[in-house]
Parts: sequence; C-alpha cells; structure tokens
Amino acid sequence: MREFRYEKAIDPAGAVALLTGEPEGAYLGGGTNLVDLMRLGVATPDVLVDVRQLTSTEVEDLPDGGLRIGAAVPNADLAAEPRVRERYPLLAQALLAGASGQLRNRATTGGNLLQRTRCTYFTDTTMPCNKRDAGSGCGAVEGLHRNLAVLGATHEGPTSPHTCIATHPSDMVVALRALDASVRVLGADGERTVPIAELHRLPGDDPARDTTLAHGELITAIDVPALPWATRSRYRKVRDRASYAFALVSVAAALDLDGSTVRDVRIALGGVAHKPWRATVAEDALRGGPATEAAFAAAAEAELAAAAPLADNAFKVPMATNMITRTLVQLAEARA
Amino acid sequence: MDTQITLRVDGADRPLTVDTRTSLLDAMRERLGATSAKKGCDHGQCGACTVLLDGRRVNSCLVLAVTAEGQEVTTSDGLAADGPHRLHETFVDHDAYQCGYCTPGQITSAAGVLAEAAQGWPSAVTEDLVADRTDLTDAEIRERMSGNLCRCAAYANIVPAVAQVAVEQGVRA
Ligand SMILES: Cc1cc2nc3c(=O)[nH]c(=O)nc-3n(C[C@H](O)[C@H](O)[C@H](O)COP(=O)(O)OP(=O)(O)OC[C@H]3O[C@@H](n4cnc5c(N)ncnc54)[C@H](O)[C@@H]3O)c2cc1C
Ligand code: SF4
Ligand code: FES
Ligand code: FES
Repeated sequence: MREFRYEKAIDPAGAVALLTGEPEGAYLGGGTNLVDLMRLGVATPDVLVDVRQLTSTEVEDLPDGGLRIGAAVPNADLAAEPRVRERYPLLAQALLAGASGQLRNRATTGGNLLQRTRCTYFTDTTMPCNKRDAGSGCGAVEGLHRNLAVLGATHEGPTSPHTCIATHPSDMVVALRALDASVRVLGADGERTVPIAELHRLPGDDPARDTTLAHGELITAIDVPALPWATRSRYRKVRDRASYAFALVSVAAALDLDGSTVRDVRIALGGVAHKPWRATVAEDALRGGPATEAAFAAAAEAELAAAAPLADNAFKVPMATNMITRTLVQLAEARA
Repeated sequence: MDTQITLRVDGADRPLTVDTRTSLLDAMRERLGATSAKKGCDHGQCGACTVLLDGRRVNSCLVLAVTAEGQEVTTSDGLAADGPHRLHETFVDHDAYQCGYCTPGQITSAAGVLAEAAQGWPSAVTEDLVADRTDLTDAEIRERMSGNLCRCAAYANIVPAVAQVAVEQGVRA
C-alpha cells in the first residue's frame, strides 16, 4: 500500500479545500471499499481526508414528504430507519440485501454510491483494465465476464482503450434510481444538486470515469422525493448464494394501480450495466395499460431488447426479464 | 507515515505509534498483543476479524487504526471481562466450533446481532419490515450471521447457540 497522510477537516468546506489541493488524495467514508482497494494496490491515494464524522449522520424530513439522508448515515441505520421502512420499502430491502451486518454498520451512504466495480480484472493489478489503467485494454471482454454488463457497455474488442463491460455493484443505488433521488454535492465553487440519473455514467469512450463528479467534490446528502405509492414497492436480488454476495441481477420496482390499470410504475435494474439501469422503455409501455402478467412480460422483453450480452452472461437477459415480470406480478397482488 | 494514537481495546487505553496504513486488526494483533480477533481474508469477506466498535459489529481488517481513536473496541476476550459471556457458554454447550479460528468473530458478531434485534432492526428475510419487534428465527439468525464464514462448517451448531441466548434476551419467541 502506498504511504498516505491522514487528515481530518473541521467542516465539509474545509475537506473540499483540502482535497481540491491534493490531486492524488481521496475522501474516506467507512473505508469498506477504499481500504480494500488500497490494500490491493488498485487505489493509491497519498492523502486520505476522513469525512465519516464530517458529513451528516441524520435522516431529515423534507417539506414535500421526502427524506434527506446525510452522506455519513451508515447503511445499517438507513435500512433500520422507520421512515425508510414505511415510505420506501424497496430502499430498506435493497440496503438489507447488500454486504453483511458488519459491513453495513461501517459503510456510509456516500461511500456506497461511489463504490467501484467488482470486475475481477479491475481488482487484479497484473491484468489489463481500461478502468484501472486507462488504455491498457479490457481483460473481461474475452475473459471472465459472467457477472458483467449486458446493457450500455462498450465492446470494441479486448485491446481497444474504450472497451468496458463493468457493472456498478451497489444495491442501494438501484432503489435510489427507481425513486429519482438527487445527490447534494459540495465543490470548490459551492453546492450543486445532481439527479441520480446523471451521477453515474456509461463507459462510453472513457471507462476510467465511473461518475460525473469532479475531483474534490464531496457528497453531503441524498434527497429522496416523496412517492406516496412507493409503499407498494419491492427490491429483489438474484445471486449465487442466499446471502452476502453481489447481485447477478436485481430489480427495484414500485407500482401504482388504478383498479386493474397501471397508473404509474418505476423499475430499475442492478447488475446489468455500468450504472443503475432505469427501465424507461418498460415503464412507458406499461403506463395506462393493464396490470397483467402478459403485459408485464411484454414490457420487460421490450426493455431487454437492447441487451448485447457476451458468451457467458447471456443468462442475465432472461433472468432480468423474468425478474421484472415476477416482481410486478407480486406487487400487483400485494396489498398497498 | 507514523502517527501517535491511543486505542481503547477491551477497556484499556493503549497508546502506540502506528503507520497510517495499519488496520485496527493488525494494530491489535501485531502491536498490542490482543490476538482475540483473527485474520482470515483481510478483505471484509470472512468476518473472522469482527469486533464491536462503540458497540456495533464491524470488520476490523477494513478499519484503519487511526480512525478508531476515541472509540471503544471490544473483542470476544473483552466480552469475558467479568466471566464468560452467555454466548461463550452456549457455544461450548452446543459444540459450535471445530478448529475455533472463526469463533471470536462469530461471538462478537452474534453479540451485535442480539443488540440489533433488541433495537428492532429488520433483515433481508424479515417479512414485515415495519414490525417493531424482531423474532430471531433460525432463518433470521442465518441471514444476520452470513458475514461470518466457518471453514469447519459448524453452522448447524452456531445457529442453536445464538438462538438460546436470543430466547434468554427476549428476542426470540
Ligand atoms: C465482502 C463485501 C461484500 C459486499 N457486498 C455488497 C453487496 O452485496 N451489495 C452492495 O451494494 N455492496 C456490497 N459491498 C460494498 C459496500 O456496500 C461498500 O463497500 C460500501 O457501501 C462503501 O461505503 P464506505 O463508506 O465504506 O465507502 P469508502 O470505502 O470509504 O469509499 C468508497 C468511495 O467513495 C468515496 N467517498 C466516500 N464518501 C464520500 C463522500 N461523502 N463524498 C465523495 N466521495 C466519497 C471514497 O473516496 C471512495 O472512492 C460489499 C463489500 C464487501 C467488502
Ligand atoms: S470490464 Fe471494465 S473494469 Fe473490467 S477489465 Fe474491462 S475495462 Fe476493466
Ligand atoms: S479478516 Fe476481516 S473480514 Fe476476513
Ligand atoms: S470452527 Fe473452524 S473455521 Fe469455524
């Protein structure tokens, strides 16, 4: 591990000033991802600015009935928060489906948003990887990619500097994407709000960048807008073992019914793309139509029509289709 | 980069100089002779290093020692400060280990599970998310203890060992 200086700032603005002046530095949240990547030699910051005790650990009510979640709220506390369990069951379930009890106690909301991919070539410094070492190529595209992306990836072959089929590993982010959350960010030029849809990016021709944040920008909070019908919502995750494993495919969905008609619907997918994937094609197909299994399945198939899987992850396409369908059927049958 | 810190481990203040790269786990084991917490993977994947940090279970391999200043670190040894903890006794009674390497992590994690259940925290297998009481069924114990791997696969005996204390503490029907 590279040597580093450990710094604490007195307030968020101080942390931003500190890190803005340290081009190779990084913020430290719970450290459950960053310390691991430093030990692996994947992350090599020379300064760590500890923001775990600097950003808010509170969940506050917003005037519209939504919630503001401080960036330092631990994942475990957010999942246990009564207002989250009541208003946003899909968010509580997504958090509880992630990692382990120990990790959720330590991991922060801000750190969870910015955790890096679990692609095995990204974490192995002896392998080519455009995300870790820009321009070195992509080991995964013709190697182990069973757990990688089927939507929105760039594949131009193993030696192209653009190729990347990584997935974003967070469960929480999938629920936040379905809920249209926004991220409050403090930078050297002041505060701004980033819709969650614009926080993470597709690899495009620059796979090294996971997000649209600039160096030194600090996440201070996440705002979740009110969505009264999210009481009828659910997060489902398929993985290789029953617990303590990353998603192969996950679905966060909420359903608003008017009798047997879909008044509104939210669907987001995890484990299929470089960012949490909002299933807008399926949503548009369903709104105003019948809440039947056949309609759910047709909408799911329409969403996955854009999938471009590789040899070993093609199973994710029917898996995602079936999961969207089953989750919506369950929500339609559930009492709101 | 060397830094002077004081760690509070199992009730004792322990001043030491550490390189900022040192994990809490290595600081305890290599520097303070506090070898109760074990190193299995050093990547947050096994739970052998679990300790209670201000009463909350965490993986000490992913906690930098410099960040733990001013916090109370409790290992399985520390839980036995006033004689064995009930979990130590039920693990013996139920034969809930074979080699014992994972056991201090299992014990501290189980202590965390009991405290979380007492606060009404749900888990991924909890049917009613808004229930204000937790019932630590076998399925709940398995899910909540999933962050602790046991290479000897003593799981079948760990679950009843934890369940017995859960009944005694009123978090299992
Ligand atoms: C064994 C294991 C299994 C796991 N399984 C799952 C799983 O199934 N599902 C899942 O979703 N996750 C899983 N995780 C990942 C876990 O959820 C993340 O490690 C955790 O959420 C990261 O939060 P943190 O606070 O520890 O972040 P850190 O490790 O502290 O930081 C992560 C990144 O965010 C940056 N950062 C932190 N805070 C801020 C801020 N306020 N502003 C700007 N940048 C910031 C850091 O610089 C770093 O780049 C697993 C992790 C492990 C080790
Ligand atoms: S998929 Fe992306 S993260 Fe994985 S090896 Fe290729 S470039 Fe790296
Ligand atoms: S040694 Fe910490 S989780 Fe394995
Ligand atoms: S008793 Fe041997 S690893 Fe658990």
